[in-house]
Amino acid sequence: MKASYFPGCSSSEGGAKAYGSSSQAVSKVLDTELVELEDWNCCGSTPYSSFDELTSLALSARNLALAKKKGKDLVTPCSSCYVMLNRTNAYLKQYPKVKAQVDEALAAGGLRYNGTVRVRHLLDVFVNDIGYDAITAKVKKNLAGLKVAAYYGCQVVRPKFGFDHPENPQSLDKLIESLGGEAVSFPLKSRCCGGSLVISEENIALDLSRKLLDSARSNGAECIATVCPLCQTNLDVYQSRVNKKFNTDFKIPILFFTQLMGIAFGLGEKELGFKTNIVSAGKVLAKYA
Amino acid sequence: MEERRIGVYVCHCGSNIADTVDCAQVAEYAKDLPNVVVSRDYKYMCSEPGQNLIKDDIKQNKLNRVVVASCSPRMHEPTFRRALQDAGLNQYFFEMANIREHCSWVHTDRAAATQKAKALVSAAVRRVYHHEPLEAREVPVNPNVLVMGGGVAGIQAAIEVADSGNLVYLVEKEPSIGGHMAMFDKTFPTLDCAACILTPKMTIAGQHPNIKLLSYSEVEDVSGYIGNFKVRIKKKARFIDEDKCTGCGRCQEICPTKVASEFEQGLGQRKAVYKPFPQAVPNKVVIDAVNCRHLKGRAQGKDICRICQKGIPNKSIAGCETGAINFDQKDEILEVDVGNIIVATGFQQFDPSVIYQYGYGHLPNVVTGLQFERISNASGPTNGEILLASGKKPEAVAILHCVGSRDANYHKYCSRVCCMYSLKYSHLLREKLPDADVYQLYIDMRCAGSGYEEFYERLQEEGVNFIRGRAGEITDTAESPEEKDKLIVLVEDTLVRRKRRLPVDMVILSCALKPRADTEKMARTFGLSRKADGFFLEKHPKLDPVATVTDGVFIVGCCQGPKDIPDTVAQASAAAARALALISKGKVEIEAATATIDEEHCAGCKVCIELCPFKAISYDETKKVSRVNEAVCKGCGVCVAACPSGAIKGKHFTDEQIMSEIEGVLV
Repeated sequence: MKASYFPGCSSSEGGAKAYGSSSQAVSKVLDTELVELEDWNCCGSTPYSSFDELTSLALSARNLALAKKKGKDLVTPCSSCYVMLNRTNAYLKQYPKVKAQVDEALAAGGLRYNGTVRVRHLLDVFVNDIGYDAITAKVKKNLAGLKVAAYYGCQVVRPKFGFDHPENPQSLDKLIESLGGEAVSFPLKSRCCGGSLVISEENIALDLSRKLLDSARSNGAECIATVCPLCQTNLDVYQSRVNKKFNTDFKIPILFFTQLMGIAFGLGEKELGFKTNIVSAGKVLAKYA
Repeated sequence: MEERRIGVYVCHCGSNIADTVDCAQVAEYAKDLPNVVVSRDYKYMCSEPGQNLIKDDIKQNKLNRVVVASCSPRMHEPTFRRALQDAGLNQYFFEMANIREHCSWVHTDRAAATQKAKALVSAAVRRVYHHEPLEAREVPVNPNVLVMGGGVAGIQAAIEVADSGNLVYLVEKEPSIGGHMAMFDKTFPTLDCAACILTPKMTIAGQHPNIKLLSYSEVEDVSGYIGNFKVRIKKKARFIDEDKCTGCGRCQEICPTKVASEFEQGLGQRKAVYKPFPQAVPNKVVIDAVNCRHLKGRAQGKDICRICQKGIPNKSIAGCETGAINFDQKDEILEVDVGNIIVATGFQQFDPSVIYQYGYGHLPNVVTGLQFERISNASGPTNGEILLASGKKPEAVAILHCVGSRDANYHKYCSRVCCMYSLKYSHLLREKLPDADVYQLYIDMRCAGSGYEEFYERLQEEGVNFIRGRAGEITDTAESPEEKDKLIVLVEDTLVRRKRRLPVDMVILSCALKPRADTEKMARTFGLSRKADGFFLEKHPKLDPVATVTDGVFIVGCCQGPKDIPDTVAQASAAAARALALISKGKVEIEAATATIDEEHCAGCKVCIELCPFKAISYDETKKVSRVNEAVCKGCGVCVAACPSGAIKGKHFTDEQIMSEIEGVLV
């Protein structure tokens, strides 16, 4: 299977490079080729959309217009890109005025877009197109005994009518189980990590992250699996600041779900990029490496 | 052919039509339409002077066809048809142009609306030209009545009809009548004990000489029409000889199989042979074939258990002493004839587990309203003591309103009774646990009813904490020592604009009342329509709230929409009165606009028989043609459109009439 792929800024050359490389590697094992969308640009991004909505929509629509030439689906591993591109589709459908302005912007670049591209998150493609059984079939090292908190974040399941339940999503839990791991109970699984507030309102963001780390640990998780570059950054990079601010001692590795899949599929450091994780996963994953 | 002399009457309907349509202009226009002799506009055509206009013109101007351009025919077609009859014309020489619902109410542009009204009048004039005289027929009314559903609505309706001396078949699918009301503890706002006021009625229904109680039974099929329905009822095997069972309860004491009790909402247990609750009517047990060891074994060819029947001889425990247990009993099919049907199938409680964030089903001590009724009920699993799953008493309880109601994700409608029963719960909590904190989380308080607002005020004085806000979540993730081992309700108090975390021990979800899961099946069986919210549709929401689109079938209680006990009982009595009115008249007039089959052209393909929604067409084996039973035919026209050889004609909807009508719109 071939799929048109939108890495987004963090998974291509940004802080979540390991997410990009592990997504590619894991997809390959699953006989899926992620073909990067040529000449893509910023998705419009959630912080930017609240600052200049129209420009953000136009940026986003340009990606969709490019993707339209490549097929029906556009796959992204980033929750923020997923929401932004989907939102653009919805806006263009719902607000003819906005569509006219965006159309004008696209026309200046010789592009047209009619709303037909379906934006998919990589998790959705893995569990719904490829399926749990096909994933289990590729497992070389069963993750038996590994306790994982399946963390969806706030974006990938919202607004509702996406591919999973907004309050009690299950797809990542089941995926972890199809790798042989144990998805622990994690009531805060679709709560906000703090998002980009970590820049402007650090205290609020750190408190949100603290709650997540606390809930994961108290439910016995050894690591947290995420589906979003920003969630990973907040929980991993800012974990030491959480510890400092709240006088806690969290040391929970925060893994991209594709890294976890890679371990189970027997892939190596080169593809999975564990060395970029701040809180080391070495100890937790030692027996599976 | 007789000369056509048509009269046209354009109604203003006060300002309803006249504000948007230039009625005088329409009347003026109609004067030039072919065969129109008189054309007038008038303020209220349905009024007596309005009708007299028509009657006088029929006499003086020798009209033989009449068109009234006014509202929908649903309400006033019968009014004007009567006016024609009074003036000596056949009532079918009448046609109505709907220039209100189809025109003035849906348009704002006066010129365009007037233009449209003219087109509609022109269509009606051309159609009425071809109208033929038809005769409405009368059929006798069978005085028996079927009541489907044995909750308080069905019980009330059955007793009212039975007291008049007519026979009632009261059909209930559960082993006992009583419905939801039998589960309740107290009733708002009077705080009468529900059982104390319901069980006497249940007993009357069970013993009434004119009520044939068919519990544990289902209606499988209804055919026929108003005054003359045939109903097929399945009496499910109870595995108990009802004539022998005395309801002593010995069998349920010794039965070894325990399962969750439906009546106790899963909070208590019952046996495989059981009476759902002590005051059950009929006072007979039933064997639950799914869980009974003997019946399960029998399916695999084994003969086991039979303890209820034989007892445990080596412990000198005797089994059923009257020999009432009969494992060989089979489902029975009964056919009954009735003239009227009252549907009182009730509601179903919304299942809150789909609102995952409220924790029902995975957090202990989050309970539904009906569960709390049982917890608080003296005959319930805790003997009326309000206890947590751990057996301790709660120190704080939160009651969440509008769970599944007034929520675009689930049901948009207000369930009408939740505010009041939530207040009742608060009262019971304050009474039984004076030291406990009680929180009510509401969106708006809706306390419309006799004594309801007063009850709300009383509860405010009783020290209940009212918080305006819909809870966002119930969690057991504690963030402070006070929250440890508590359920924390997250809510925005919208009056003080603050987010709050309420640590409580028990949460009661005041769940929506929703249509029963089998509503669609029931709708098909009884020929009913459903509203957008899923409940059964009444004939007119204001002026005919218990009748339905199928004449002779009435709907009462919560199957028509959420309502409280007083409204339910009032509706039940209303439907009984409607049925009795038909019975006392003894005969009923049925629509003449039916289908007829031209036997010369009928090829006997039977397409029409399959399609007829009223089962009005049968096949004549000797002549090899289909035949319409005009008493059953509703004139819907499905067969007319479907007949491949064009052999079926819809009276009052002939091709000629419809083509002329279309032509009239287009000129």
